[in-house]
Amino acid sequence: MDEKILGYVHSIESCGTVDGPGIRFVVFMQGCPMRCLYCHNPDSWGVGVNFGTQMSPLDIISRYEGVKEFCKGGITVTGGEPLLQIDFVTELFRLAKEKKIHTALDTSGITFVKENIERFDKLLEYTDLVLLDIKHIDDEEHKKLTGHSNKNILEFAKYLSDKRKPMWVRHVVVPEITFKQEYLFELGQFLKGLKNITALDVLPYHSMAISKYKNLGLEYPLESTPQLTKEQALQARNWIVEGYKFNE
Amino acid sequence: MTETILEEKQIYPTSEFVSGKWNNEINVRDFIQNNYTLYEGDSSFLAEPTEATTKLWQECCDLFKKERENGGVVDMDTDVVSSITSHGAGYIDKSLEIIVGLQTDAPLKRSMQPYGGIRMAEGACKAYGYQVAPEISEIFTKYRKTHNQGVFDVYTPEMKAARHSAIITGLPDAYGRGRIIGDYRRIALYGIDRLIEDKKVQFKSLEGEMTSEVIQLREEISEQIRALNEMAELGRIYGFDITKPARNSKEAIQWLYLGYLSAVKEQNGAAMSIGRTSTFLDIFIERDLKEGIITESEAQEMIDHFIMKLRLVKFARTPEYNELFSGDPTWVTESIGGVGIDGRPLVTKNSFRYLHTLENLGAAPEPNLTVLWSTKLPHNFKRYCAHISITTSSIQYENDDMMRVTHGDDYAIACCVSSMVVGKEMQFFGARANLAKCLLYAINGGIDERLKEQVGPKYEPITSEYLNFDEVMEKFDNMMEWLAGLYVNTLNCIHYMHDKYCYERAQMALHDRDVKRYFATGIAGLSVVADSLSAIKYAKVKAIRDENGIVVDYEVEGDFPKYGNNDDRVDQLAVDLVSNFMSKIRKHHTYRNSIPTMSILTITSNVVYGKKTGNTPDGRKMGVPLAPGANPMHGRDTNGAVASLASVAKLPFNDAQDGISNTFSIIPNALGKDELFVGDIDLDLRVSLDCGCCESSVGSKSSYMTPLVHKAKQPEQMKEYSKL
Repeated sequence: MDEKILGYVHSIESCGTVDGPGIRFVVFMQGCPMRCLYCHNPDSWGVGVNFGTQMSPLDIISRYEGVKEFCKGGITVTGGEPLLQIDFVTELFRLAKEKKIHTALDTSGITFVKENIERFDKLLEYTDLVLLDIKHIDDEEHKKLTGHSNKNILEFAKYLSDKRKPMWVRHVVVPEITFKQEYLFELGQFLKGLKNITALDVLPYHSMAISKYKNLGLEYPLESTPQLTKEQALQARNWIVEGYKFNE
Repeated sequence: MTETILEEKQIYPTSEFVSGKWNNEINVRDFIQNNYTLYEGDSSFLAEPTEATTKLWQECCDLFKKERENGGVVDMDTDVVSSITSHGAGYIDKSLEIIVGLQTDAPLKRSMQPYGGIRMAEGACKAYGYQVAPEISEIFTKYRKTHNQGVFDVYTPEMKAARHSAIITGLPDAYGRGRIIGDYRRIALYGIDRLIEDKKVQFKSLEGEMTSEVIQLREEISEQIRALNEMAELGRIYGFDITKPARNSKEAIQWLYLGYLSAVKEQNGAAMSIGRTSTFLDIFIERDLKEGIITESEAQEMIDHFIMKLRLVKFARTPEYNELFSGDPTWVTESIGGVGIDGRPLVTKNSFRYLHTLENLGAAPEPNLTVLWSTKLPHNFKRYCAHISITTSSIQYENDDMMRVTHGDDYAIACCVSSMVVGKEMQFFGARANLAKCLLYAINGGIDERLKEQVGPKYEPITSEYLNFDEVMEKFDNMMEWLAGLYVNTLNCIHYMHDKYCYERAQMALHDRDVKRYFATGIAGLSVVADSLSAIKYAKVKAIRDENGIVVDYEVEGDFPKYGNNDDRVDQLAVDLVSNFMSKIRKHHTYRNSIPTMSILTITSNVVYGKKTGNTPDGRKMGVPLAPGANPMHGRDTNGAVASLASVAKLPFNDAQDGISNTFSIIPNALGKDELFVGDIDLDLRVSLDCGCCESSVGSKSSYMTPLVHKAKQPEQMKEYSKL
């Protein structure tokens, strides 16, 4: 493993309370191949030297050490899509585990391919928890929503299940896109087949990113889509649960 | 006859308190330590508001409404100079009030207090369409000198210029200085007679060599005794004999409150804090409860009514004053909880009752309920504090584990952060010096960047196009040396005159003879200066000059580390700044040999200071507010709350002993997922992780949005990437 490897980091949040258990040190990686319509971090899309700050895994660990008394939860790597920089994340997590720091990977799993499995095996050796974002259970809808098929993602979920790697499933529920009983029910059924889920995180769609798009000079694709209400979120959750419990 | 005795027995408990040193000397702490009952249970014992409480509070709310509709005041006194006994009894609704006493003869009628400065009193009246009676104005201009006049009699031209340009600002030279806490508990525990006796002994002890110090103290003690007698008279006005110790909890609260009332009738200081009273009063309440004299509901009712009275405390202020403080705060700070030096938490049921007033009466900024936080506080109390914080956002927290080392376990907070041992320590409030402006003076050789006048000493200005770090630091150091000297000496003038013309006789009567005095200086603009120095050191800063060669703006080329990101390169600049300025303050003589301290704690006035500070080398523009207290500049802390707080936490408490503030607001959702959904798990999934609040829940905040910081200046490229 190359210890001098550098990562492109968008930013660091030292008081993360929603990306894994406890108060966490959250590293946002730069770069993402997906273009989800509701993405709230479009500033993290870009790849290459013009985007983000270059940092070494040690840089990050030493910054974590400076606040570890407060960030007792551990380190979460998110993005962007952190798997675009899988070797960097692996090295970061390896160092973290040397210091017994809890590691969580927040990913869409989009880059998962069987040909590359050794690299994933290696990464998971040092990963305590995966937060898997399943964007849409229906492949055609997934393509419309993100520009990609969900095949790799669902494969990745099964792969994690086979490994019994603890996993939280996160699902953003958007009116008119994913907020439909049939989809959510189907998602629940898919989750039922997995053996590694420790939590389900239903994330109601919000439109707080609009001003960000404006600042970046980008058009906001969901301009006319309303935010998901709390009641709708509960409903969505129940639909998933129904699918999860359904016995054929 | 028999009937009266029977009745007395029902009202007054019969058991004695555990005796100790407090029996032989004035020592409230010893009384507390020997008698309080630690409460480690939960909040389930608390009582709802009584009908009288709800009704009375509604009447107060109606008055507040009337006050707002009236444009700020209900009524103002224009011909009675306020003193302890200046007014007859005043009530909100006598039939409902358990604890009584108002500043004047009617609720919210603002009293007139001209001793700090007649012009301030006149200005306050004028602002609301009232006029101070002409004979009062005449007396306080012609015959009775005020603090304000005294100060201006001795100010040097340089002091006046510095005040005018606002490099030294917020000085208490036209009104009461505040920040002194009388030990109002003494009245309840000892009664006025015993306190007078003690003061007479003190007076007697000061015979012999009549140095000016001894003469001053003798005169002050005479004033204190006079004030104590007037407090007893105030008691009689409301029908109480407070010359003797309180016999039950209701009297204890009433006696204590009358002491505080005496103070606010005579002083309109910027902060009139009440001390640390909850655990003291709990001792009386606990005994009354045990003997069956009162019920929990009655105990809560007394506390609710007491707190209500504190919410009604108001002063006549000018609009400028209100602008500086964003409203007309009174800083009636009450310190709750903390841990004793023997390790026992000082939490009692009454600590809960005080916080519970925020539920019974609703949230309010005053009294400023401040929890002295320790990791060793009982778990149930911590939980209740968290609950009240979540529901009312009305609790202030301070670090008891840190302050206890210096002040022991019977200190209280004056204003927002100034700690002092109750009855034994006081402070001379000193507002603050604007270090951001000082840096600009260093660059411009003492010329004020806004007024374009020579305010500071005419040192060599910087003439190069790009600012050189070492050169700036050297000049800045010299300019701070000048500022520290001028600042301390200005404060010396102020406090000499305040003692002379506007002495806090009521509050000081409730202090020991030899009080420890703090000389509380303060600074503003910490983060602007740290970032400016960082910009000069790590980026390139170009000076833009006007036609007269005065630097009026700066251009920053490149990026630089910013304070608030836990980055030592810049945080160390902030740390050094604090230590350095404090060491310069320490070099000077301070009035009454007071101990110099420093605070970094502007909470609202930073907005006004920003208006008076020109463009700064960190890229901040003229008029943009300075960050409050020790906060990073708005929006520059881009690594989240912990990193931001870690930067602030590096500042040395020893060099900023009067307090370091960090104003921090966070939306509840950012602290985790919504309470409503926690545990609402219908899904039979095994949860194996260690955080109970995050899992399997539906959150109304999803994952974090990144702050928009890096390289956002390339929108063209962004557009490219948005295409697939």
